[in-house]
Amino acid sequence: MRLVILDDYDLASEWAAKYIRNRIIQFKPSAERYFTLGLPTGSTPYGCYQKLIEYHISGDISFKHVKTFNMDEYVGLPRAHPESYHSYMWNNFFKHIDIDPANAHILDGNAKDLEAECQAYEQKISAAGGIELFVGGIGPDGHIAFNEPGSSLVSRTRVKTLAKDTIVANARFFGNDLTKVPSMALTVGVGTVMNAKEVMILITGAHKAFALYKAIEEGVNHMWTVSAFQQHPRTIFVCNEDATLELRVKTVKYFKGLMHVHNRLVDPVLSIKDQQKEEN
Amino acid sequence: WRRGQERYSPVTQFTQCRVLREHRLQREDLWVRDGRILDPEKLFFDEQGYADQRVDCEGSIIAPGFIDVQINGGYGVDFSQPSEDVSSGVSFVSQKILQHGVTSFCPTLVTSPPGVYHKVLPQVKVHDGGAQGAGVLGVHLEGPFISAEKKGAHPERFLRTFQSGGIEDLMEAYGSLDNVAMVTLAPELAGSQSVVRELCRRGVTVSLGHSVANLSQAEEAVLHGASFITHLFNAMLPFHHRDPGIVGLLTSDQVPAGRTVYYGMIADGIHTNPAALRIAHRAHPSGLVLVTDAIAAMGLPPGRHTLGQQVIEIQGLHAYVAGTKTLSGSIAPMDMCVRHFKHAVRMHEGSVCVMGSLFYVFDGFLV
Repeated sequence: MRLVILDDYDLASEWAAKYIRNRIIQFKPSAERYFTLGLPTGSTPYGCYQKLIEYHISGDISFKHVKTFNMDEYVGLPRAHPESYHSYMWNNFFKHIDIDPANAHILDGNAKDLEAECQAYEQKISAAGGIELFVGGIGPDGHIAFNEPGSSLVSRTRVKTLAKDTIVANARFFGNDLTKVPSMALTVGVGTVMNAKEVMILITGAHKAFALYKAIEEGVNHMWTVSAFQQHPRTIFVCNEDATLELRVKTVKYFKGLMHVHNRLVDPVLSIKDQQKEEN
Repeated sequence: WRRGQERYSPVTQFTQCRVLREHRLQREDLWVRDGRILDPEKLFFDEQGYADQRVDCEGSIIAPGFIDVQINGGYGVDFSQPSEDVSSGVSFVSQKILQHGVTSFCPTLVTSPPGVYHKVLPQVKVHDGGAQGAGVLGVHLEGPFISAEKKGAHPERFLRTFQSGGIEDLMEAYGSLDNVAMVTLAPELAGSQSVVRELCRRGVTVSLGHSVANLSQAEEAVLHGASFITHLFNAMLPFHHRDPGIVGLLTSDQVPAGRTVYYGMIADGIHTNPAALRIAHRAHPSGLVLVTDAIAAMGLPPGRHTLGQQVIEIQGLHAYVAGTKTLSGSIAPMDMCVRHFKHAVRMHEGSVCVMGSLFYVFDGFLV
């Protein structure tokens, strides 16, 4: 695993965005060979999305040949509801970039047959050639997407009932009315994310520190589903100082000592403008 | 563009613009197809569509068209003149006021004899606007059921009172209420209550003005359905701390729940002192509606003009009875009123656009 530790939320968001940018540009996506990107929602990746939009507006990156697959969506929430993940992705990412709408995939929480929707989603991912880079976050209870504690570590895309912790944490987006918070969601499985070529987990904030500790310093355990990525060949955890508060000093020092190696992944930061110049 | 469609309608995306939405200016793109505003999120997810054409607005504001509910004419046209071809006069003005940002208006008729109403009203029809001119929402009949003491420039000999107290008086005076959007009357006139109720029942907005009503009389009219005040402060009793009169409706606790009393204000910098504008706005910001109350001289170049029986002299934004310093009416176009109001009240732009456009929101947006 790579554990990339930045001083604060903004620097962590920027590092992650630069990494995604470099990965896409190095891949040289085209109409014959799309770059497939798995995407999260929530407050953690917001800064990263802002940076990616900035890079797009400055002409340094295009999403024309990128296919995206979001991790999850609430069941039964109208798509136009401001708290749906469709709304989040539209407002915070898609409307600002040049992605082809046909390539932006999000699970449909209002599908008539939810299980069929989940299976179809898995098929879409396979048909796209699998996910090149899956970006995710971590819940305070160590979950990835909506793979709540107790989820199988080889699970696939399916319907999940949300844990009480998650519902309470989400209540703030629904006027603090627990009855209005969706209780079910469609989510990619731990196994689905494990199938990606590379996984990048963003973790910021002191309230995520314990989950990070459980995910990387303790064993692989289905109660802390992010721990499954200890068994993935290419995982990067990008975090800020606060998120490391529950780790051993030894762990933090070791990985901070490796920052000069990690930074080679984002420095130099590439741009399609250079590629365009080369072509000309 | 829509995936799978054979005959497609191009989608235009206006970027770098500020859009009036949810009562404020927001940095949002505006998406349009076939002359209708699109929900771009629906376009993206439902149709997997995207923009065919982008227009860079360079930071400009895109706001709904302004609605002028009190305008007596303009560009030499006087709506109260019983000509043979009233509709071409209305069309002419409707085309001219587009440049002021007005996309809907209520041609206003001042107190006139029945003959004038009977001749003019049938010629003015409610219709949608478009590239050829602003839409007509209906006629605003300002009088003749108003107070003699507050007639302003209205001719006294044509003022009327309610005799039979009901629809008969209205029909006798006006001939018909078709295509009438609004009536200004003085609620202290005996028998006005049933008239107010009847007009409201027919969907006509009742506005209080040119009146010496006290606050109780005004409140009673509101209870019966009145919902507007004609040019607040002008042609009514001045605010008094023991009887605020019609002005008191702005903070009255007798307005039924869920209802709002709206009030027109002429913000041309001449007819109302900016301090008075600010007092009204601070007391009841959500009821404020900007109107021009423009006369036929609006839009005419500076100098002397003969309009009907009068000779008017235009100097800047002032229109005087020629040779005097008596104001003969407002000639400030709506966009000037909006800008002046913004300056007087020192507000940010979004809220002011709301006051020009949001009233009668069923008119929708015009792109």
